[in-house]
Amino acid sequence: MSASPAVEGWFTTGPEPTLLGSRCTTCATVYFPPVSGFCRNPACDGDEFETAELSRRGTVWSYTDAQYQPPAPYVARTDPYEPFALAAVELAEGITVLGQVADGYGVADLRVGAEVELVVEPLDDELVVWRWKPVTELGEEVEQ
Amino acid sequence: MSTSEVAVLGVGMHPWGKWGRPFTEYGVVAARAALADAGIDWESVDLVVGGETVRNGYAGYVAGATFTQALGWNGASVATAYAACATGAQALDTARARILAGLSEVALVVGADTTPKGFLAPNAGERWDDPDWLRFRLLGMTNPAYFALYARRRMDLYGATAEDFAQVKVKNARHGLENPNARYRKEVSVDDVLSSAVVSDPLHLLDICATSDGAAAVVVASTEYAKKLGLDRPVRVSAVSTVAPTFPNTVMDMPNLSTDSSADGLPERTFKESIAHAAYEEAGISPEDVSLAEVYDLSTALELDWMEDLALCKRGEAESLLRAGETTIGGRIPVNPSGGLACFGEAVPAQALAQVCEVTWQLRGQATGRQVEGATVGITANQGLFGHGSSVLLSR
Repeated sequence: MSASPAVEGWFTTGPEPTLLGSRCTTCATVYFPPVSGFCRNPACDGDEFETAELSRRGTVWSYTDAQYQPPAPYVARTDPYEPFALAAVELAEGITVLGQVADGYGVADLRVGAEVELVVEPLDDELVVWRWKPVTELGEEVEQ
Repeated sequence: MSTSEVAVLGVGMHPWGKWGRPFTEYGVVAARAALADAGIDWESVDLVVGGETVRNGYAGYVAGATFTQALGWNGASVATAYAACATGAQALDTARARILAGLSEVALVVGADTTPKGFLAPNAGERWDDPDWLRFRLLGMTNPAYFALYARRRMDLYGATAEDFAQVKVKNARHGLENPNARYRKEVSVDDVLSSAVVSDPLHLLDICATSDGAAAVVVASTEYAKKLGLDRPVRVSAVSTVAPTFPNTVMDMPNLSTDSSADGLPERTFKESIAHAAYEEAGISPEDVSLAEVYDLSTALELDWMEDLALCKRGEAESLLRAGETTIGGRIPVNPSGGLACFGEAVPAQALAQVCEVTWQLRGQATGRQVEGATVGITANQGLFGHGSSVLLSR
């Protein structure tokens, strides 16, 4: 993939991409998006972080879609606009992360508690972004 | 009467709508109405607190002084508050604190807004370090999309239906029919809601509040000052909660892309639960004492969340109260007797003050056509972008 991450340092783009968080070296609290400066745990005075690769899979906290084109700075990928789905996903690290749902999937493919995995797909002609892709049970065929 | 209470001398509003006029005009109309309601002349006001909007340049011309000039410079002290949708509560809290400290005698609190059409959008420019900009740029995550996440959770966890959400709109539309300050005064049916376009699944256009122009103003003073005016039993501000979340904030909040980690355990209360809890604790009032609630129904489903966050019922039980008619005027705990945002639309810096106006009218028995009989305690609830809580408890 030649396109670059929409935000440098927030996720990897290899065959098994992951979100990149920050882990406080004092209290081990993990943050996403990455933080710098001071730990946000009120009981911790740490100010150093190490990069933490977050779980590639998580469970859907909730989901929706955007039937109308969102306003700028959103950039539509197609003309006319095509709706896309969104999901908030709980990871094993205890963090819930929003993302668009992978191309080809909509709200009908989702439910609260369902398993999804991280993929990286084009945001526009130049940038790529993380997305959540429904994980199908073994033996199930995905109709696309 | 608690020594930490202040008296509401007067309230006033400029009707909500799309009037296309400068926000200052609306603010002056509301302020003059509140002063007239209080029977106070402008010269007696020695503190003006303005709720500001970010959409009118120079941070609402830094609102406190702009409203003061428009009313005629009178040498009052000025302050300005900004806390997104929670702005009005912060402005009221500032006025209350100065009065209780003996630093000011009579305060005028004003919020007014002129809003653009359509989705509220972030500030312009390339703002890669602004979460409010990034959520649109990276995800196309609008405000209704957040409301829809909460709505969908109610469906998947508690068995809420699209008809339940529509029923909230039907109820609020009926509540607001005779409210002279409401923008929409028209009966709405469940079918109207369900046949309106889906904006963000499962929410339809009529589940989501509009953005409006409007203004609200409140005149507050010490209870001693109220007594001098001959007001023996004024509506009192018993608590103002403006709390921020307690770490870790583990529920997805607008405009964030993520939550804090719950790996070390959940906080005792969610952020929204803590907003009301702080108000109840401060006032020494319990949820069972509440006669009515004005909550921030940015969406129909959100009203149901707020009922539980305010401890008016247990988690997951809001739909059964709604279905039983308990949240309708005449029921056990009427919610949004004003008609709520469903009838008003959202005028950000004015909204928390509009809630205080409505509760004041209700507690005085002046809410013509929408009166909750025998109301003695009212609570408001609201939440501003980036972690601003807002809840006001009023008693009489």
